[in-house]
Amino acid sequence: MILILLIAIPLFAGIFSFGIKGDGAKVLGLISSMLTLVAAAYVSGANYIAPVSFSQPWIPLLGTQFSLMGDGMSSMLCLLTGIVVLVVMITNVSKEVEKPGSFYGLLLLSQAGLMGVFLAYDALVFYVFWELALIPVYFLCSQWGGEKRIAVTFKFFIYTFVGSLMLLAGLIYLSLQTPGLSSYAWADIVRAGASLPPEKQQWLFWLVFIAFAIKMPIFPFHTWQPDTYEQSPTPVTIILSALMVKMGMYAVLRWLVPVLPFGVAYWADTVVVLSVIGIVYASCIAIVQTDIKRLIAYSSIAHMGLMAAAAFTHSQVGTHGIMVQMFNHGINITGMWVMVSMIEQRYGTRDMTKLGGMATAAPQMAIALLIIAFANIALPLTNGFIGEFMLFNGIFRADSAGHITIMVVAGLGIILGAVYTLNMVQKTAWGEEVKMNSGKDLSTNEYLGLAIIISIIIFLGVYPKPLLDLTSGIAGVITAGH
Amino acid sequence: MQVGLFTNFNLIAPFGVRSMANFVYLVPLFPLIGFLINGLLWKKMPKSLGGIIGSLAILASFVVSLGIFFEVRTASFQGPLIVNMFEFIHSGKLLIPFAFQVDALSSLFLLIITGIGFLIHVYSTSYMGHDDGMVKYFAYLNLFVFSMLLLVLGANYLIMFIGWEGVGLCSYLLIGFWFKNRDYTNAAKKAFVMNRIGDLGFLVGMLLILFNYGTLSYQDFFGQLHAGSASASSSCMFNWIAFCLFIGAMGKSAQIPLHTWLPDAMAGPTPVSALIHAATMVTAGIYMIARSNALYDLAPVALSIVAAVGLATALLGATIALYQNDIKKVLAYSTLSQLGFMFLALGVGAYTTGVFHVMTHAFFKALLFLGAGSVIHAMGGEQDIRFMGGLRKKLPVTYITFLIGVLAISGFPFTSGFVSKDEILLAVYEYNKIYFAIAAFVAILTAIYMFRLLMLVFMGGFRGTHDQEHHLHESPAAITIPLVILAILSLAGGWIQLPHLFGGHDYLNQFLAGAKIPAIVHEGPNVATRELTLLVATCVGLLIIFIATRKLFAVSQFEGKYTGFKNVLANKWYIDELYNSVVVNPIAAMSRMMEKFVEKSGIDGIVNGVGKTVKWGGDRLRLLQSGQVGFYIFIMVLGMIILFALSFFWIK
Repeated sequence: MILILLIAIPLFAGIFSFGIKGDGAKVLGLISSMLTLVAAAYVSGANYIAPVSFSQPWIPLLGTQFSLMGDGMSSMLCLLTGIVVLVVMITNVSKEVEKPGSFYGLLLLSQAGLMGVFLAYDALVFYVFWELALIPVYFLCSQWGGEKRIAVTFKFFIYTFVGSLMLLAGLIYLSLQTPGLSSYAWADIVRAGASLPPEKQQWLFWLVFIAFAIKMPIFPFHTWQPDTYEQSPTPVTIILSALMVKMGMYAVLRWLVPVLPFGVAYWADTVVVLSVIGIVYASCIAIVQTDIKRLIAYSSIAHMGLMAAAAFTHSQVGTHGIMVQMFNHGINITGMWVMVSMIEQRYGTRDMTKLGGMATAAPQMAIALLIIAFANIALPLTNGFIGEFMLFNGIFRADSAGHITIMVVAGLGIILGAVYTLNMVQKTAWGEEVKMNSGKDLSTNEYLGLAIIISIIIFLGVYPKPLLDLTSGIAGVITAGH
Repeated sequence: MQVGLFTNFNLIAPFGVRSMANFVYLVPLFPLIGFLINGLLWKKMPKSLGGIIGSLAILASFVVSLGIFFEVRTASFQGPLIVNMFEFIHSGKLLIPFAFQVDALSSLFLLIITGIGFLIHVYSTSYMGHDDGMVKYFAYLNLFVFSMLLLVLGANYLIMFIGWEGVGLCSYLLIGFWFKNRDYTNAAKKAFVMNRIGDLGFLVGMLLILFNYGTLSYQDFFGQLHAGSASASSSCMFNWIAFCLFIGAMGKSAQIPLHTWLPDAMAGPTPVSALIHAATMVTAGIYMIARSNALYDLAPVALSIVAAVGLATALLGATIALYQNDIKKVLAYSTLSQLGFMFLALGVGAYTTGVFHVMTHAFFKALLFLGAGSVIHAMGGEQDIRFMGGLRKKLPVTYITFLIGVLAISGFPFTSGFVSKDEILLAVYEYNKIYFAIAAFVAILTAIYMFRLLMLVFMGGFRGTHDQEHHLHESPAAITIPLVILAILSLAGGWIQLPHLFGGHDYLNQFLAGAKIPAIVHEGPNVATRELTLLVATCVGLLIIFIATRKLFAVSQFEGKYTGFKNVLANKWYIDELYNSVVVNPIAAMSRMMEKFVEKSGIDGIVNGVGKTVKWGGDRLRLLQSGQVGFYIFIMVLGMIILFALSFFWIK
C-alpha cells in the first residue's frame, strides 16, 4: 500500500492544486512533497530488509495488472524524486510564478507519473505512467517557458512522441509473445523477450531502445535537450534533467537489458561507441557555450553518456555504478540548476561573459556553486566520484576488444569536464564584481534547499555505503545473466 | 597487522595509550577540524584567532606524527600497520576500505608535511595578517594539509587518489586566492586542468591494477608482485601500469610535458608556493613511485622513462631559471629542476635517495620561498629582482638564512643539499655516464642561477624607488623564526644520510628499509675516490661560479631585451605558446565548428527537416478534406479499384 501512496499523494495533491488560487498552491506543494519524501524514505528503508511490492487487477481484458515493485533501484529513484521535488518546492518559495495553482499542479502530476514509471512492474502500467510524466511537462514548457518556448516544445514533443510510439509498438509485440498472448507482467515480458531468436531481438531492440535513447539522451538523439532546458522554467528543467533523464536510464536497465539480452549484446558496441562519442562531443561543445544553462545541458549529456556506455558493458560494478550515479547526478544537477536560477534572478542574465565577482557580492552563493561544481567534475569525497569510478571500472571490464581505448576516450570527459566547469566558476564567481540587479546572498529558503543538496554531496562522497548497499542486490540481479 | 577503528579502542590500556600508530587517524583529523572551524565560521572568526586555530591544528598533527615516527623507529614495530576506518566502496567482489598505512615511508612524509606545514602556518599568520581573506586562507591551508596527509597515509591507491585530487583542489583554490585578478584565476584553472590530465593516467593505472590483480591495496598488490614470477607478458603489463601511474606523477610533480602549470602557480600567496608548490604537494609523484618501488623494479622500460623525463625536466628548469627576473619564477623553475633530479634518482633505482632529496629540498626550498616572501613583503609587493639589490643590510636575518638556502641548493659541502645531491650524482654515475654529465651540468647551472639571484637581491646597491627604500625593514618574528629553523635544517639535515667516508651512518636508508624501500649502497674502493672527487670539484666549481656570476650577471645586462638563445630561455622555450597553438586553440576551434556544423546544421537540421516535412505534408493533405462528398466517393472508388487490382496481381 505504501507504494500506492508514492503515486497517490502527488497525484491527488496535483489535481487539488488546480483549484487553488494564490500562495496556497506553494504550501500544498511543500506539504505533498514532504509527505512523498517520507513515504519514499520508508520504502527505501524497508528495502534493506526486503523489497516492497503491490499488485491489483486492472484491465483483465488486456491482461494487464496494476503491479508495482519497490526494489533497490526503484526505491532509490523514488527517493531521488522525493528529494528533488522537495528541493524544487523549497527553493521556489521565494519566487513568483503566474497561475501558481496550475503550475504546481502540473509539477506534482509529473512527479506522480515519475513515481509510477520507477515503480511499474507491468509493461502497460509502465507505458501509461511514462506518458503521464511527460504530458504535464509539455504544458509546463509551452506555458511558462522562455521566448522560443512553442518551437522548442514542438521539437521536444516530436522527439518524445516518436520514441513513445515505437516503445508502445515494441511492448505490444512483446506481450503478444507471452504465453496466453497477452500478459504485460515484467516477469512474463522478460521470459518472452529473452526466448526470442537473436535475429528478432536485434530489430526489436531499436523499437524499444529509441524512446530510452531520446530520453537519456544518447548522441545523436540529444538535440532537443539543450533547447528544452534553456527554454523551460527552472523547476521544469530540474524535473527534466534530474529525473526524466533517469527514466531513460532506468528503463534500459529494467525493460531492455533483461528483456532482450541478445539484442543488447548485438548492439552493445554500437551504443557504447555512440555514448563515448557523445561524451567527448558534448564536452567539447560545452566548452564554447556562454549561456550557463546550455553549458550544463551539454555537461549532462556527457555525464549520461558515461552511464549509457556502462549500461552496455554488462559488468556488475558498472551497473552498480549507474545506480549510484543516477542518484548522485540527479542531486548535483539539481544543485546546478538552483544556482543558475538564482544567478538569473539576481543578475538578469545567464550569459557568462556578463557575469563575475559573485565571490565578492554573494560569498555564500559562490561557496555553494564551488562545491556543486566540484561535485559535477567528480572530485573525490564528493558524491560524483564514487559513481564515476565504478562506471570507469565497469567500462574497463567490458568484454569487447577495445575496452581500454574506450575507457580512455571516455576518460577525456574528466579533463574536458574540468575545463568547462572551471570556466564557468571563473566567469561567474571570480573576477571583478558585477553589480546584482536585485536580491542579496542566499535567502533562508534557498539556503535550506542548497544545504540539503550539499549535505548529500558530502555525505555520500565520504560514506557511500548506504546508497551502495541499497542498490547492490538489484545490480547483481540485472547482470546475473552475463 | 590489521586493526579496525573500533578494535583500536580496546587497545587503550587503562593507564594510557599503548600504541600511537593506532591513532594515526588523528593526524589528518586535526587539520580537518581546523578546516571545518575556519571554513564554517569564516564570517565571524577574528583574523588572528583563525590563524591560531589553523596553526594549532597542524601543531597537534605534528606532535602525533612525532610520536608515530619514534614508534616506527623502534625495533618492536612490526611491518606496516594497517588501520581500517570504514568500508568505502563495496560492490560485488570489489572492496576498497578507507584505510591508513603506517610505515617508515608514510611516517617520514608525515613529519615533513606537518613539520614544515606548521612552520609555514606560523609564517602565514604574519604574512597574511593584512589580508581580508585570512580566515579563508587558513581554512584552505588546513584542507590542503588534510588532503596531503590522506595522500601519504592511504593504504591503497584509491585513498592516495583522494588525497591526490584533494591537494589539486586546494592548490586551485590557493593559486586563485586573490580571485579578482583574471591572470591568477587562469593560472589556477590551468594547474587544475593539467593535473587532471595526469589524473586520467593515474586512474587508468589504478584500473589496470584492479583489473589484473583485483585489489588496490599496497600490501595485496605488492605481495602478489613479490610472489608471482615476472613472465614476458606480465612484464609488458607492469610497464604499462607503471607508465600510467607515472603520467599522474608528471602532472602533480610538474614534469615534462605537464610542467607548465607550476611557474604560473606562483600567482598564489608566497607561503603557499613554499608549502604546496615546493615542499610537499609537488613531491607527491616521488612519493608515489617510491611507494610503488616493487612495481617499478619489475618495469624497467617505465623506470628508464622516469629517469629520462626527470633528467630532461632538470635541464629544462635550470636553463629557464637562468634568465627569469621574477624572484618567485626563478625559484619555481628551480623547483622543476630539483623535482627532475628526484625523478632521475628514482629512475636509476635509488629510491631512498629520491626520498632523501625530497626531504632536504623541502627544507631549503621552503626556506628560499619563505625568504623570498620576506623580501617581497619588505619591498611592498615588488617581485622583480631588477629593482632590488643591497637588501642584506636592511634584512640581515632574511639575508643570512637565504644565503644558507642558496648554499644548500647549490650543494656547498656538508649542507643537506650537498649530501643528497651527491648521492644522486653517484647513483647516476653508475647508471649512465652521459646522464651523469648532464646532471652535473644541471648542478652547475643550479649554482649559477642561485648565486645570480642572491647577488641581484642582496648585494650591490638598491635599485628600487625611494618609497620602497624607505619602507625596507626586517620581517617580524613570526616570519624570521621559521626562517631560522629551516636554515638550521638546511644546514644540518644531511647528517642523517652522511656518507661513511665522512663518518655518517646511512640512518635514512636503514629507516626506510623498514618500508621495504631498497637503497643503492655504494661500495668498493672507487666510491671513496669518487666522493672525494665530487667534494673537491664542488668546492672549486662553487668558487669559480661565485666569482663569475658577479661579472656574468651584472645589472647592466638587463638593459633592453634578451636576444638570441637567451631570449628563448627567458621565454621558457616557448612551450606555453606551443601548447596554445597545438592543443588549446585547435580544441576550441574544433568545438565551435562542431557546434555550428554538426550540432546546429547537421543533427538539428535533420530533426527540423523531419518536422517541416510533416508540417508541409499536413498542409497538403489538409486540402484533400474539401468537404465535397462527391470527391470523397471518387477517392473511395479509386481506392477500391487499386485494392482489387493489387489482389488480382497478388493471386497471380
